Amino acid sequence: MSYKLKEILITSGLRLTTYAIVFVIGYILVDIIWHGLPVINWQFLTEMPRRGGAEGGIFPAIVGTAYLVAGTILIALPFGVGSAIYLSEYARRNRVTELIRLAIITLAGVPSIVFGLFGLGLFVIFFGFGASILAGSITLACMVLPTIIVTSEEALRAVPRSFREGSLALGASKWQAVRTNVLPYSFSGIITGAILGIGRAAGETAPILLTVAAFFLPRLPQSIFDQVMALPYHLYILATQHPDASKVLPLQYGTALVLLILVLGLSLGAIIIRSHFRRKYRW
Amino acid sequence: MVVKVKPTDTAIEVAELNFYYGDTQALFNINLSIPSKMVTALIGPSGCGKSTFLRTLNRMNDIIDDTRLAGTIKIDGTDIYESGMDIVSLRKSVGMVFQKSNPFPKSIFDNVAYGPRIHGIKSSELLTEIVEKSLERSGLWDEVKDRLDDNALGLSGGQQQRLCIARALAVQPEILLMDEPASALDPRSTAKVEDLIGELKEDYTIIIVTHNMQQAARVSDYTAFFYEGSLVEYGVTSNLFTNPKAKQTEDYITGRFG
Amino acid sequence: MWKDKAIKLSFLGVASTSILIMLLIFIFLFKEALPFIKHPGLASLLDSKWLPVSFQEERYGLLPLLTGTGLITLLAMAFAVPASVLSSIYIAEVANPSEKEILKPFIELLASIPSVVLGFFGLIVLAPLVKSVFGLNSGLNALSGAILLALMATPTIISVSEDAINSVPSAYKNASLALGASRMQTVFKVVVPAALPGIVAAVMLGAGRVIGETMAVLMVTGNAARITGNPLESVRTMTATIAAEMGEVPFGSTHYQSLFWIGILLLIMTFSLNVVAQRVLKKYGMFR
Repeated sequence: MSYKLKEILITSGLRLTTYAIVFVIGYILVDIIWHGLPVINWQFLTEMPRRGGAEGGIFPAIVGTAYLVAGTILIALPFGVGSAIYLSEYARRNRVTELIRLAIITLAGVPSIVFGLFGLGLFVIFFGFGASILAGSITLACMVLPTIIVTSEEALRAVPRSFREGSLALGASKWQAVRTNVLPYSFSGIITGAILGIGRAAGETAPILLTVAAFFLPRLPQSIFDQVMALPYHLYILATQHPDASKVLPLQYGTALVLLILVLGLSLGAIIIRSHFRRKYRW
Repeated sequence: MVVKVKPTDTAIEVAELNFYYGDTQALFNINLSIPSKMVTALIGPSGCGKSTFLRTLNRMNDIIDDTRLAGTIKIDGTDIYESGMDIVSLRKSVGMVFQKSNPFPKSIFDNVAYGPRIHGIKSSELLTEIVEKSLERSGLWDEVKDRLDDNALGLSGGQQQRLCIARALAVQPEILLMDEPASALDPRSTAKVEDLIGELKEDYTIIIVTHNMQQAARVSDYTAFFYEGSLVEYGVTSNLFTNPKAKQTEDYITGRFG
Repeated sequence: MWKDKAIKLSFLGVASTSILIMLLIFIFLFKEALPFIKHPGLASLLDSKWLPVSFQEERYGLLPLLTGTGLITLLAMAFAVPASVLSSIYIAEVANPSEKEILKPFIELLASIPSVVLGFFGLIVLAPLVKSVFGLNSGLNALSGAILLALMATPTIISVSEDAINSVPSAYKNASLALGASRMQTVFKVVVPAALPGIVAAVMLGAGRVIGETMAVLMVTGNAARITGNPLESVRTMTATIAAEMGEVPFGSTHYQSLFWIGILLLIMTFSLNVVAQRVLKKYGMFR
């Protein structure tokens, strides 16, 4: 066989494999959009569920997810950015720094259900928060922390060294130099990381399974010690444990689509922000 | 080798200076008196330690890991390496202009105002006054007075460097360190910067590192020749160039090595 | 001066919370699991039956769960690795820039899909498909789970492998082409072998994801704790066990403690995979 033919065969095989994967992704998305879109309307998004979720809307699940996400970011962002500032601007090569990095890699690899166990053992039981927004948010924050640290550190390191040197030579203290001449230019990277973290927190079920989620709550949460409904958990229960599974299929699709739009919308937002800022600050 | 200098005030008194990067020694027993309100040039081949020496004068080497210094550097009678030294105020009085101009990606105004703001000046009238004076002093005012809010990165190379000089002047230093300030510039911009140095020396002590001997000859009153980390010769510029005392100096000046 | 020191120390404190959390996870998992060592003892985890709730005798053997996880992981990797590696080769070496602009975000998209949504899709579309193709009673088995997990591991393997392939110095490629080798020959005989450590690391990271995945397997694998090598049978993974049983377990009971042991085991497995993968990436100069 001539080598040219071989080339074409191999290249085509590679192309086929790649686009097969693309096809599968596309099929999944289309399926969910196709079946879910008809279900989504204003009532679906703003009404409370009725008849154990078989009818009505998913409003409380949306609200619950929003609360959880807000709580997660409120906790994870300061700790994440602070850690990134330390690692990028202050840390020296010593044992402690190695240990911090090891811890970050470890946390990044912990399975989400193990975070759920951890959250259960420490926050729900030991600290006595009970199944609550508080316990759920802290658990999710722990899970999302590595992502925020890594993206924030990258954003900080992307700022040229000469900015720091220039500031120091003018008599700025180290923190002044970082605060006025490094941090502002790393915002876009940090925000991108935060949005990615939010996306993960919104879509995860396992960590909230044991720490906060409930399927049917008669009213919206009044405090951070309350349980909430959440979109991923709601979908899970509708799909697997609802006694009237076939009847609620459209609602399942609707919930899945809302969750999908939320998560993918956030990813898209992150990409847009990143390229907008890239054009604004060039150096 | 201790060199006595013609009767002018001494701005910086360097005694027995030895400097190390980790285990490698970079500066060997430097003794030098830098005169006040004059231009002193530091010349020598690549790697001879002149930039390292320059950076010891405002303690910019501190930000590099694992460096060590022995000896004393006295400015206004105070050893700037003694413990408890306020580095922030040191760097206010000893300003620095870098080889590659590094304006911040802010407006021209904010670049020059950065230093004063850091040191606590908030009044916008005062800041405007300082910015205008500094830009005038560095010869850039006429070119930018109508576009102070434009991004500094839009300026040409020569303008950016003069902006960095204005920025350094805005914190009102007594001493100005310049590390090859014109090496990245075209001849016309270089000439402008050199003229500027001539004017500035009336009010500031200037120490300039340069690999360009003609520039040193044009611009400086005193010249110090460094070689492999040691100070080989130091003297009035015209004397050093026409009648060098050390053989190494002569070899370098005549281009036998570079 | 001291103010600077104080600021540095505060940031150090913040950064150390990662260490704190890591320690707390280990400590608290062990704390809840500890009593199990005394009674009924760790050896009972080696039992071949997982029957934590029983009228006769409770059995806490992890073997069915381990084989469940193992079978699904193996299958998933068998699907994911060839497809992902070949795709990463395509994206890195064959696709033109405008193609890449579309492909890469699309693959990232797959990575963003929440696992519960994929599980839902598996339940509604995939399982019935498997059921009809193989003529089974139910499509909730290891195969369905493996397919979903393969989908989840794919973006990870593709992106890390692609990085690895891109880091191969172009000097290698040029040398090969200059010797008269064709583009594909160069790719498969020079570039891929040079990128192999990175690709192996990518596979390890993918495997870590697969082992740790909970929701998708919970929804489609049938949740029968049995030891089997047949992909068409229902199995149960370690992760699904924790998720499914934790909600109904009496607090502090032996059953409760055994679930924490599963968690510990999971942690050790994924931790080892991650650390080894990072070491490999670091050693061969590809930072992630």
